[in-house]
Amino acid sequence: MTGNVSMTVAGLACERGGRPVFANVGFDLAAGGALQVEGANGAGKSSLLRILAGLLAPAAGTVANPFRTGWLGAEATLKPGMRLRSELLHWARLDGARPAAVDAALAAFDLAPLADLPVDLLSSGQRRRAALARVHASGATLWLLDEPGVGLDAASLARLAGVMADHRATGGAVIVATHGDIGLEAPARLVLG
Amino acid sequence: MIWTLVRRDLALLALRPSALLVPVIFFVLVAALFPFAVGPDARLLARIAGGILWVAALLAALLPVETLVAGDRADGTFDQLVARGIALETVAAARLLSHWLGFAVPLLLALPVAGVLLGASPTLLGRAALGLLLGTPGLAALALLAASLTAGLRGGGALAGLIVLPLALPVLIFGAGLLTGEGAGALKLLAASSLVLVAVAPFASAAALRAGMD
Repeated sequence: MTGNVSMTVAGLACERGGRPVFANVGFDLAAGGALQVEGANGAGKSSLLRILAGLLAPAAGTVANPFRTGWLGAEATLKPGMRLRSELLHWARLDGARPAAVDAALAAFDLAPLADLPVDLLSSGQRRRAALARVHASGATLWLLDEPGVGLDAASLARLAGVMADHRATGGAVIVATHGDIGLEAPARLVLG
Repeated sequence: MIWTLVRRDLALLALRPSALLVPVIFFVLVAALFPFAVGPDARLLARIAGGILWVAALLAALLPVETLVAGDRADGTFDQLVARGIALETVAAARLLSHWLGFAVPLLLALPVAGVLLGASPTLLGRAALGLLLGTPGLAALALLAASLTAGLRGGGALAGLIVLPLALPVLIFGAGLLTGEGAGALKLLAASSLVLVAVAPFASAAALRAGMD
């Protein structure tokens, strides 16, 4: 993707169960950019990301997303009994990515030694890294990451920051919902609530 | 795309052989119970054998309903697929195919065993096999539809049964009609009712799953 393509969101509103969560949210995000979504519990960070990912219909507003999108939700989405590498290979196949992309993603999150383990044996932090590796391997331009730092130790957080910086340096974009600093360099900030 | 999804479903099914075996064992057990319940009158058993096989197949089709889509909804699999721009209709069609392969094929393989327990004649068994081959896609479609409608509800499995059983009546009626050897009419109607269910289920299931996403 070249630098002049950008995602445009305008006038976005969200309702859950008839209650307004947020209204009139808008931003632009160009390739190489990063947006950090902040706000208290229940301010609608996850709902905003779900709308951007196409998982939730907005009550109003428009999302124009020219980028291929990778999604990290609250769940790790690893099927019990499957081995880590074959689990990621399945999703890479759906993404049209090469097996080499999976190996690179496993290495990026220090999961290569665990590649042949059944996912049941992974700790919660390792499951989180596996879910991040799935986004990495997808080759998507825009990463939508909902609380990517949950359960990660200091070394993994540093790794995540490095991976996100590399992704942006190669023309990728990142939108992160987070409570604390996640190591993004000079992100645009969007505070909900 | 759809083959990748079907292959995935079958790979996951292979990890849980019990999911394959339980409906089949249930099917054979129901057939085995009838001689105890109605008595060992071979002529009576042979006469009702076809109907018993159909009801047993219908009940066996209900067993996997609770696990058919609920897991994928809870663990974010559907979210991952939708975020990739894959239509839920495609996902539901793939699930329908893999469910039929995982449920109906073992059932058809177990049919001779169940038939012998009921003293069914080879002719009757042949007709039941043909009927089940045509009817099980419809039953699988109904199971998928009921599973999608009740995913995320507590006690959804029981509710799914109440949804499936009345809707399965056409398949059951024409399937049983085929057993009497009346021939082509029942066969065509059975195929038609099964086809309608198979054609509608992916769209209806996708709509139900979409409505259930939050």
